[in-house]
Amino acid sequence: MNPILATIEDRALTYQQKLAGLARLAENSLSVLTVTPEAQAYRDAGVICDLFEGEAPYRPRYIVPDYERFIKQGSAFLGVAPPTDIWEATAALLILYRHVPSITTFPVYLGDLDALLEPFVRDEAEARKAIGLFLLQIDRTINDSFCHADIGPRETQAGRLILELSREQKNAVPNLTLKYDPELTPEPFAELAAATALEVAKPSFASHRIFGADFRAMGFDDYAIVSCYNGLPKGGGSATLVRLNLARLAPYAKDAEDLLARVLPEAARLQLGYMDERVRFLVRESGFFESSFLVKEGLVRADRVTGMFGLVGLAELVNAHAGGKRFGHDDEAEALGLRIIESLSELVRDHSCPYLTMNEGRYLMHAQVGIDSDSGISPGCRIPIGDEPELPEHILRSAPYHAFFPSGIGDVFAFEPTAKANPRQLLDIAKGALASGLRYFSAYAADADVVRITGYLVKRSEIERMNRGEASLQDTTALGRNAVNNLGVLERRIRS
Amino acid sequence: MADTPDATAAQGGPAGEAPLRGRIAKILNTSAVDGPGNRAVIFLQGCSFDCAYCHNPETRPAITAKPGLRPDGKEAWPRWMTSGQVLSSVGRYRAFLRGITVTGGECGEQPEFLQELLRDARAAGLPGLVDTNGSLDYEAWPGIVAAAEGFMLDLKAWDTDEHRALTGAGNASVLKNLDFLAASGALYELRTVIAPGLFDAEATVRNASEALARAGSKARYKLIRFRPQGVRAAWRSLPPPDDALMERLSALAADSGAAEVVVV
Repeated sequence: MNPILATIEDRALTYQQKLAGLARLAENSLSVLTVTPEAQAYRDAGVICDLFEGEAPYRPRYIVPDYERFIKQGSAFLGVAPPTDIWEATAALLILYRHVPSITTFPVYLGDLDALLEPFVRDEAEARKAIGLFLLQIDRTINDSFCHADIGPRETQAGRLILELSREQKNAVPNLTLKYDPELTPEPFAELAAATALEVAKPSFASHRIFGADFRAMGFDDYAIVSCYNGLPKGGGSATLVRLNLARLAPYAKDAEDLLARVLPEAARLQLGYMDERVRFLVRESGFFESSFLVKEGLVRADRVTGMFGLVGLAELVNAHAGGKRFGHDDEAEALGLRIIESLSELVRDHSCPYLTMNEGRYLMHAQVGIDSDSGISPGCRIPIGDEPELPEHILRSAPYHAFFPSGIGDVFAFEPTAKANPRQLLDIAKGALASGLRYFSAYAADADVVRITGYLVKRSEIERMNRGEASLQDTTALGRNAVNNLGVLERRIRS
Repeated sequence: MADTPDATAAQGGPAGEAPLRGRIAKILNTSAVDGPGNRAVIFLQGCSFDCAYCHNPETRPAITAKPGLRPDGKEAWPRWMTSGQVLSSVGRYRAFLRGITVTGGECGEQPEFLQELLRDARAAGLPGLVDTNGSLDYEAWPGIVAAAEGFMLDLKAWDTDEHRALTGAGNASVLKNLDFLAASGALYELRTVIAPGLFDAEATVRNASEALARAGSKARYKLIRFRPQGVRAAWRSLPPPDDALMERLSALAADSGAAEVVVV
């Protein structure tokens, strides 16, 4: 059937999902990008994949508005004055969210909500009501769980309310990160976060020290965690995310040396060139940076926009070329894994995109979480589900890779429901993980309705609804359902 | 490590002799259910009680065959280990640990080793909880009490005859420890496994809670449902308690003076 008509007649899509699907079909009917035949061959083979970004980029994939600035100045374009109380602040943010583009049509970053709202928290009961309604409206109108909010590292009343309300409401949206710093984040606040994670699979713990240091080195005094777990500068974002599928690349190499000497440099070169072309169209042709009010009002700046060089399937590539040694278990396999990532990291660092100025045009490495159609391909540098070592060993084996990915990498752990009686245990493990070099740590209890699929959250009850042939409010439910089937994400090892 | 020291060395001879070693049944590097936070759990081999509902009967015999090698070439458990070897075994995972918990078997069966392990762990920044059946008189072991972060004491039954029927041993020492550890503030948790028909659970819960209150202890009282998984075949048909009984006992414990009651 004609895909446009099929979209229109689909009984399992909401109106909004149809509209976004039709726009995608229209965009993809164009061929405005100049792609070399070699790069196209890798795209056709699934080695290089732009993750449904579209054939004519007309907005950065990840936009990270400077919400602090918006709260201070309001918006002339939107006709919103700077807020003076909690009701005006939450209303102003909800208005702006409606106008932040992305490839899903929904914003991927909602702000560091505790810091944004804390100045307006005067009466706790009133703030609880305002923030509760604010979070409810986000879940019911931003129907995509790649939408992310941050809190921390310091404890605030607003931050505590956000955690308490997240636990009460049990919604999948927004995704939530606690920026954790052992010196800035008080223990009881972190413990509340751990207890919340065991109920609703969020927040995740981000190493404020590691992210902070990486972005300071690039000249930024702050950063945001957006979408799944992507670290990006505030007031900017990422033009594109293209990934290299290392699992699919494995058969191209004769052995490990051939991989490192010939296959990886060639694949990286082709992916970098393809990314440059996507950025070129966005920056030079699309008109985004000349026309968007976000740019005109200083909420997004072109010199704070980067591009993300993604990769998946390191485990499968290592297992194919490590002479029988197992990724995540054997030191030899780990050594090869690290050589591959170091090598890619250097190839990316040596390249400068001519259309970007942030970080001198150098892209940021990103360990991508996969897409729902991936089968037998592990996310980023993760140890395959079904082959996971004991918990602390798993973390120590994963940690060395985290240093290479300032724009995001993370591991997800499922816990026995009995862990809810002792949330300090989860906190101990999260703290130990970050102290051991993990950049980002996520956990959930095996019996929770809200579960972390790869980087995003989905309700099991919504997957069941979709399995009955009904539409689901969140567009990510379909992705979650397919990932459950293809990646076995509900078969993660259960930790006690 | 492969050699088995004789009993004298294991129980600690005079200074300058062979290092003290303990019989270690196994080590867990992480646990959510053996005290607050994440803890490594050290199971010592050997227990003088023979509880009907024991979930780790393989850790009961004090003497086991000389440790050999498993088919994969690794050393089998139980093992003879020094406290230094135990701590270096969990040391790789130090960053994740709030402390250790020493259990069994019955850790009080190897008091010199228990004391040394607790002291060495504390020196390494890992406070140690003692999970015990109370057969050892801890008042006579001030070094253990001083080195321990706290105690988790099992009370199988209040009545001596019931206790003997359930475990094969009397409970005079257990009740003495309850008073002593509760009064000294060292008691972190008291536990009773509720197995209907094996003892008078109501009398045990009431008397124990009153004892905690008398001593001014803030220790929590954990009431554990008997579960048939893992127990010896003869006891697998024993019914687990129903929710109504657990709720009744929980309320009884609170009414009788327990500061905090947990049902698991």
